[in-house]
Amino acid sequence: MEQLNVYASRLISKKEYFAPGHRACQGCAEALAVRNVAKALGSNVVVASATGCMEIISSPLPFTNWRVPWIHVAFENAAAVISGAEAGTKALVRKGMLPDLKTVFLGMGGDGATSDIGLQALSGAFERGHNFVYVCYDNEAYMNTGIQRSSATPFGASTTTSPAGKMKHGQFTWKKNMAEIAVAHNVPYVATACSSYPFDLIEKVQKAASMEGPAYVHILSICPTGWRIPPDRAIWIGRLAVETGVFPLYEVVHGKYQMTLEFPERRPVEEYLKAQGRFRHLTPDMIQRIQRRVDIEYKRLKSKEIFEEIW
Amino acid sequence: MGERVGLEVSIAAAEAVKMANVDVIAAYPITPQTHIVEHLAEVVADGELDAEFIPVESEHSAMSVCCGSSAVGARTFTCTSSQGLALMNEIVFITASMRLPVVMVLANRSLSGPLSIWNDHSDVMSIRDCGWIQVFVENGQEVFDHIMFAFRVAESQKVSLPLIVNVDGFILTHVIEPVEFWDAETVKNYLPPFKPVNRLHPDNPVTMGAFGMPGIYTETRKAQDSALIEAKPEILKAWQEMADLTGRHYKPVESYHAEGAETLFLTMGSIGETVSVAVDELRAEGKSVGQLSLRLWRPFPFEEFRQAAAGAKRIIVLDRAVSMGGQGGPVATEIRSVLYKEKNMPVVTNFLCGLAGRDVTVEDYKAMFEKASKMSKRRVREEDYILYGVRE
Repeated sequence: MEQLNVYASRLISKKEYFAPGHRACQGCAEALAVRNVAKALGSNVVVASATGCMEIISSPLPFTNWRVPWIHVAFENAAAVISGAEAGTKALVRKGMLPDLKTVFLGMGGDGATSDIGLQALSGAFERGHNFVYVCYDNEAYMNTGIQRSSATPFGASTTTSPAGKMKHGQFTWKKNMAEIAVAHNVPYVATACSSYPFDLIEKVQKAASMEGPAYVHILSICPTGWRIPPDRAIWIGRLAVETGVFPLYEVVHGKYQMTLEFPERRPVEEYLKAQGRFRHLTPDMIQRIQRRVDIEYKRLKSKEIFEEIW
Repeated sequence: MGERVGLEVSIAAAEAVKMANVDVIAAYPITPQTHIVEHLAEVVADGELDAEFIPVESEHSAMSVCCGSSAVGARTFTCTSSQGLALMNEIVFITASMRLPVVMVLANRSLSGPLSIWNDHSDVMSIRDCGWIQVFVENGQEVFDHIMFAFRVAESQKVSLPLIVNVDGFILTHVIEPVEFWDAETVKNYLPPFKPVNRLHPDNPVTMGAFGMPGIYTETRKAQDSALIEAKPEILKAWQEMADLTGRHYKPVESYHAEGAETLFLTMGSIGETVSVAVDELRAEGKSVGQLSLRLWRPFPFEEFRQAAAGAKRIIVLDRAVSMGGQGGPVATEIRSVLYKEKNMPVVTNFLCGLAGRDVTVEDYKAMFEKASKMSKRRVREEDYILYGVRE
């Protein structure tokens, strides 16, 4: 965030690589994230997308919103497809069949495609060390199929497959920490971002692309439809997620943790939860449980940062 | 032509892939495909082949990596068997729909369960309708030749479809056979560099794998079906040119003493050579018998097959897979349908044999012939299929 200043918006390219006219819902902050990621990387890129909202809204035959080379094969294999594209290009460049353009290879998928069904393919691509960036657009459920829970759905959230009923109160597991799973692969760069902080997001994506080897950016992408909020509140909710510490912004460069946005005092989690329909049923008890969990996880994250400093 | 050497068929296959100068190999180990992949890893490690060897974490990712590398215009090879094919099944279908000319050697092996590593055709029959060009081979030389053929046909701009070379696991992959290698000059003349119709490249952005609404899906399926059917002239041309260069002639339907024979065996893959011996012996006994071998499975060679089968009174179809709850084996079912409109349609007798590597000898084929000869000359429902040698 160090480069964030009043001129930042002027430094961002006006050129769009993810063209307007796509079919996303009103107020979709995931489409906004995709647009900014595309902006961050420019035209020298090859994109492999997983099946999901962003694929469906941007590629209805015979139309496309992609002004850069883009491929979609299936749900769980974006990381494998992009590693193939990277390896194929590498071989062709080495054999003198293509000029070396230093193209960026970008894999992308939603939280389901990344932390559930596509986790194995992503882990494999990380482990093999392909030179690529993987971006997870995390809207915390399977929104494309109609708001079913995923392993990234937060505790307490009501979805169509973790509904709040008389006996159960929505999702009963805690959100899978995908960024930490990426860190555990010893990849050179891992970051979290949110479409409510566009300059930070763009900076992180560019940093990820500049790294040699695999890089992972986990973007919290607010979904008004699935989170049961008015479409004009997506940016505000994203900011609340960060300001409450529910979704802290940080990066891990070669294993070194660094918070990228901090506040003198975190806002109470209740503000974030109360603003969303998916948490409407939560009892004060559950809200307190969530607050405690957020506090612990935040502390743990901070301690990693401090540990790095001492070490 | 190059020299004639004796070596394991898997090694010959890998050497052919090497001579085809592939750019990317992505594979996951599975018996009996392993020797092919191991040898490719070796030639890459020794610098004999300049390629990216990608040891993926599953077959699903193997085929996914192949899609990515083929989409950027890299010559791409993979190899699998049985459960591996089942795991990559989803992407196998998509590869064809996206017209990505990946070449795969399928070391045919039975599908679980029970788990078995031995040879039959249940794996490939499970993806019969996947849209790939599918050929079967009988011996080591045919394996070598058909890997060159595979890249040449698949990557032709007129075709641009993936291609499977079916090689019987163990029975063919693990035997040592004499194989005549191609020399570099012949390879160069036969196999031009891969120039894709489209490639993922920043200079010319394209969208691949867009989704189809009901208003367009049917048209895309029609286009894909037509592409597979229209690949046939290129397939025939590639075999003709190979004959000109190597002197070895391949056809969609091979025949052996078929002309005028009353009974014809129909084989696919390596059992063909054993059946030929049985045919010789039966003919020596004065029996009117011949043999057809189906080399091209998809696109199905309707004309060639009807011509080759014309005049026969009975066709003994040897299936290597069970179509559960259906009418026997998948090949026989199809052959009956192919011949349905023919005048004097021959009786199709279906033996299911050699499942999971169970030996089928010359004597067994002769016994099948005897058994079939005693069967009704009309089509009788009870005799639709026989699971040969099953202990009940």
